[in-house]
Amino acid sequence: MRIDIDKDVCIGAGQCALTAPDVFTQDDDGYSTLLPGREDGGGSPLLREAARACPVSAITVSETVS
Amino acid sequence: MTDTTAPVAFPQSRTCPFHPPAGYEPLRAERPLTRITLFDGREAWLVTGHATARALLADPRLSSNRDRPGFPAPTARFAGVRNRRTALLGVDDPEHRAQRRMVAGDFTLKRAVELRPRIQRIVDERLDAMIAQGPPTDLVSAFALPVPSMVICALLGVPYADHDFFETQSRRLLRGPETADVLDARGRLEAYFGELIDRKRKAPGTGLLDDLVHRQPSDGPLDREGLIALALILLVAGHETTANMISLGTFTLLQHPERLAELRADPELVPAAVEELMRMLSIADGLLRLAVEDIEVAGTTIRKGDGVVFATSVINRDESVYPEPDTLDWNRPARHHVAFGFGIHQCLGQNLARAELEIALRTLFDRLPTLRLAAPAEEIPFKPGDTIQGMLELPVSW
Repeated sequence: MRIDIDKDVCIGAGQCALTAPDVFTQDDDGYSTLLPGREDGGGSPLLREAARACPVSAITVSETVS
Repeated sequence: MTDTTAPVAFPQSRTCPFHPPAGYEPLRAERPLTRITLFDGREAWLVTGHATARALLADPRLSSNRDRPGFPAPTARFAGVRNRRTALLGVDDPEHRAQRRMVAGDFTLKRAVELRPRIQRIVDERLDAMIAQGPPTDLVSAFALPVPSMVICALLGVPYADHDFFETQSRRLLRGPETADVLDARGRLEAYFGELIDRKRKAPGTGLLDDLVHRQPSDGPLDREGLIALALILLVAGHETTANMISLGTFTLLQHPERLAELRADPELVPAAVEELMRMLSIADGLLRLAVEDIEVAGTTIRKGDGVVFATSVINRDESVYPEPDTLDWNRPARHHVAFGFGIHQCLGQNLARAELEIALRTLFDRLPTLRLAAPAEEIPFKPGDTIQGMLELPVSW
């Protein structure tokens, strides 16, 4: 999976980290960021749920084209 | 939307504090969008469907700037306030974004987790005091209000010793009853924060306000007035809303003994229960926006200049998202409710609120397993429909 986080849009609500804590966290300023080693989502079943929980649609999840 | 009957009046008061007003029942058949009549006879759009609400709350063509001419007003006292100077929730991007970024780092999930031991201590101390005094007691004044008040004071660096003052003025700011009360309360709170900020400039403490005062470059985006407005909204939003959720959440649980028993049997259910209670209770019922451009939605056109109101209590009971929406169910996925709003204005303090609610409700029923209402449920007063929903009093015994 490819995960894009638009930091210009992110408001730091933390809904991604709440929904999929195994993939997302927040930096000290509140911005959404991916946990080290989870840049591809790590197969989390909650990945799309986390993207949907974002109130400003800052997260895009797409299939990796190999 | 083609029928000829007069649009439903909005807002209305609830008949049962944990269900939407009986007068909103016809609105469920009018998803996702219908017309309402506001207090002054003006008509506005009411959003009632879940998907449409999420789309519109995230739409920049809807403004939150209450100073714009034509901004919809739910009450005469709201309409009477000009130049609202409301930080965060009353401004649009890019101004909103600049304000939110100044404080977003202080309200992350991680910060809320770090605050948990402190919240637990506050909750324990309030319950110790309540138990020492013995039953019966008013749970609103003994527990539901002081807990979030103390938490937000500790977080912001506001002396809790001043709580009588700011709780009283917050109540007048939100509930009047008259416009004059709202303006007077705002003036008093602004003067209070002005003095507090000046004191902090000279002798910095350890709260969020201290950080803001000292982080803030002199030519930064926030002048003294801006700081005062931000401090005011953080304090008011930080204690009133959570206090209402604790009081109304407790009342709702006491009226659902089977659900309460499930929670007691399995404390792991508490986070899901808090989410479901927020969906069910939707205490901020009637979010306001103004269309600044034409918007095509659900086969209709919202015209530039139209008022748009979001009935969260109706949206969060959309049957297409939440089957049997009037039933309290800890096992349903209550996620994606709009009780905290959606879009750029989604509640800044939601992670803190979740932590407070989980700790307050779990500890309350843990420490007082025989907690019960000390008056007939139907006689206990709750707030009218034109403000944030919650209990006015909650007489309990144990």
